[in-house]
Amino acid sequence: MQMSDSREVAAPREVVWAAILNPDVLKECVPGCTEMTGNAEDGFEATVVQKVGPVKATFKGQVNVSERDEPNSLKLSGEGKGGAAGFAKGSATVHLEENGEGTLLKYDVDANVGGKLAQLGSRVIDGFAKKMADQFFTRLQEAIEGPADPEEAPEAEQTPGDKKKGWFKRLVS
Amino acid sequence: MPKDTGIGASTKRREDVRFLTGVGNYTDDVNIYGQAYVHFLRSDVAHGRIKNIDTSAASGMPGVVRIFTGADFEGVGGIPCGWQITDRHGNPMQEPAHPVLAQGKVRHVGDPIAAIVAETLEEARDAAEAIELDIEELPAVVDMKAAVADGATKVHDDLENNLCYDWGFVEENREAVDKAIKEAAHVTTLELVNNRLVANPMEPRVAVGDYNRADDMSTLYTTSQNPHVIRLLMGAFVLGIPEHKLRVVAPDVGGGFGTKIFHYAEEAFCTFAARQLKRAVKWTSSRSEAFMSDAHGRDHVTKIELALDKDNNFTAIRTETYANMGAYLSTFAPSVPTWLHGTLMAGNYKTPLIYVNVKAVFTNTVPVDAYRGAGRPEATFQLERVVDKAARELGVDPVALRRQNFITEFPYSTPVAVEYDTGDYDATMDKLQEIADFAGFEARRKESEKRGKLRGLGINCYIEACGIAPSNLVGQLGARAGLYESATVRVNATGGITVMTGSHSHGQGHETSFPQVVAEMLGIDASMVEIVHGDTANTPMGMGTYGSRSIAVGGSAMVRATEKIINKAKKIASHLLEASEADIELKDGQFTVAGTDKSVAWGDVTLAAYVPHNYPLEDIEPGLEETAFYDPANFTYPSGAYACEVEVDPETGKVTVERFAAADDFGNIINPMIVSGQVHGGIAQGVGQALLENCAYDENGQLLSASYMDYAMPRADDVPFYQVDHSCQTPCTHNPLGVKGCGEAGAIGSPPAVINAVIDALHSGGHTHVEHINMPATPARVWAAMQK
Repeated sequence: MQMSDSREVAAPREVVWAAILNPDVLKECVPGCTEMTGNAEDGFEATVVQKVGPVKATFKGQVNVSERDEPNSLKLSGEGKGGAAGFAKGSATVHLEENGEGTLLKYDVDANVGGKLAQLGSRVIDGFAKKMADQFFTRLQEAIEGPADPEEAPEAEQTPGDKKKGWFKRLVS
Repeated sequence: MPKDTGIGASTKRREDVRFLTGVGNYTDDVNIYGQAYVHFLRSDVAHGRIKNIDTSAASGMPGVVRIFTGADFEGVGGIPCGWQITDRHGNPMQEPAHPVLAQGKVRHVGDPIAAIVAETLEEARDAAEAIELDIEELPAVVDMKAAVADGATKVHDDLENNLCYDWGFVEENREAVDKAIKEAAHVTTLELVNNRLVANPMEPRVAVGDYNRADDMSTLYTTSQNPHVIRLLMGAFVLGIPEHKLRVVAPDVGGGFGTKIFHYAEEAFCTFAARQLKRAVKWTSSRSEAFMSDAHGRDHVTKIELALDKDNNFTAIRTETYANMGAYLSTFAPSVPTWLHGTLMAGNYKTPLIYVNVKAVFTNTVPVDAYRGAGRPEATFQLERVVDKAARELGVDPVALRRQNFITEFPYSTPVAVEYDTGDYDATMDKLQEIADFAGFEARRKESEKRGKLRGLGINCYIEACGIAPSNLVGQLGARAGLYESATVRVNATGGITVMTGSHSHGQGHETSFPQVVAEMLGIDASMVEIVHGDTANTPMGMGTYGSRSIAVGGSAMVRATEKIINKAKKIASHLLEASEADIELKDGQFTVAGTDKSVAWGDVTLAAYVPHNYPLEDIEPGLEETAFYDPANFTYPSGAYACEVEVDPETGKVTVERFAAADDFGNIINPMIVSGQVHGGIAQGVGQALLENCAYDENGQLLSASYMDYAMPRADDVPFYQVDHSCQTPCTHNPLGVKGCGEAGAIGSPPAVINAVIDALHSGGHTHVEHINMPATPARVWAAMQK
């Protein structure tokens, strides 16, 4: 499946760029991520627990950063193997454009699933992938700038998100 | 007055008692002391090169007995294909190797890579997760036309390309057909898809391999429609075990629909592993596994052209079909789109010129093989859709156009190499018009319109070929087996009878209908006859149950054996009665000297055969047991006419089947109730194909419909009460019972009726641009078609 979206981030491009390449940020932002190690140069190792339709699995895999054009664009690609559940792989090409004081973050996502995930979850996979991407970029935005309105913070982010709102931006500014 | 016993009686199915009370004995009920369990690690990519399989960590997991991979099968044969097709140019088809476990490459999602044998199934599954696979994913070949385009990725590296064969039939007719189409007054063209289906029998496949060291005997318990065929294929071609050291048992089987004909890798694996490990090995398929390892059905893409002269007589038919073989050749796969499809393209019509071209294609999908009807539904769907479209284009009544072109004289030799022995297509059409109440249709349509619904009436005819088949003929056509059937009739001392048949029953009701035949012939009660089947150790060589062949071929063998019994029993009776053998008559279980009141009962004769104190020992042997093999002289040709009435909701595109009528000619009928049941089930499967079922792959070869959430099976509320009739009977001329076979007719005849009805409904609503809707006609497809 493929999808594209964009969002405005209230931080300069350099800050957004650095956030995307930070394993701690990635760990916070990838929904269901329980472990994230490595670095942008050599790639990250990730463990993600997710439930797609009726299939729940722990995915272990690699996330690589390629096509780096600092601070304009980069490509994040990853493949996770979920054992009996099958596999998921996908990539996101991210473009950062100056947007007044902030940054316009545009992304194009391409995702595929295989094995049991495809066999049992294909009807829900488009919605699932969109939700995953939305959550990722919402969390990234929050890591950088804090939620616009804490009351409206989506339910899914409450657990790890509360005490770290905007933490990355505070760290670098 | 309907009969209450013997041939023609609607005897209640005796097997239902055990099936309905949960005391059947299915393969999964077979448990052998000390058995281990196998779990297959299957590919989750459609196409890939196996670079490494590291089983070292998994082998140390709790309970693991042994892990097998493709390397363990290097000295072992592959899964054989039972039919070789010769292509248009006289060359044999391309036939790839089919290893038991993948070697070098994986070629479809579900291809078995490793087999983990463990003390428990859970331990086997856990160990599978610890196997480290390094598979380099390759581009997948999914679309058939793309698969045979130049430069396409090859499914099998050692084959020339992905084209299994390019078959032309009848090749000599090709130019004449082209000319007739060019010169026709009218040509109707239709491009259509016959959707890929998954059979989904209620009982998934199971295999239990056992090995006895004491006598070097292997036993396989398996969910099969033909245990002797499995013994032959697996023993002779895969594992090298002679028949006398290999027993194959197919006990109660919970539905087959074709998908349990074939020899599968899991059967060979369990038999092989039991010999290696010296203990029984059991595999039970999960439903998810069944979706990606049971052979699928149909999957044809076809262009058909029907040429007519100025008086609307059919003059020629030309078809081009792409038929999906999947990644490997399943047992009978090559025969389905060719001999079981091309030979039926004449249908019920006297079209003088026919040319059928079939390109069979390898793709990175599950192998495709026979599924209820096997080739005949594909032929019928094309033909009956294009005839309906022609009627619409020409503005003539679809029934009248069909009747005008019906074959009316028999025997009739078609231009596609078969000879219909009997039939009366006007009679079944007359009967259909009566039972479907054509006269009341317009009133029902108006009533539907009042409720805002569009109502359509779709009709079609079908002809099919059953009772496969004369061995010398199929041998010429590439079959690697004979297609006779056998039966042994064992009369016991006190008169009871055990019939051992090579036919297998897995829902057909043989245990009820076969005794009706023997009882009728002997004039005894059917309860005195027991049917034994499904075990190579105690039944004679048999070719099994498929192609609606059981009563026509297996039943005929049983008749021949019973005739031998009667001949011998008459000899014994003549001795007991001190009369001439020629004067002995058998009626109502009594042997009587013609014209006298001297008689001796059935039980006295059978007792004499086994207690031969007063017996013509100098002339005949004691005992009363006879075997017969029957090889049919021709196929049988059931035919019929079907009508479907649907309502379409124009707001949503939802189609509901409101009425369905089937008028079939099955020749003579043994048990009308069982025949009706067979037709009911067949129609449900046909309606399922037409409206609901679809096996879907994405462009990467990922199987997207492998659960009942994603693959829509027909349910009770998707079908109406049917009007079925089989009173039109033109008995088969070449088998002793005059029977034709009824197992597949419903699934063959119903899909075109449903789609013809949907098109009719849409036209009645003014959507006259809609020429065709591919199956399944889901609400989304119907609604989209209406919008254009």
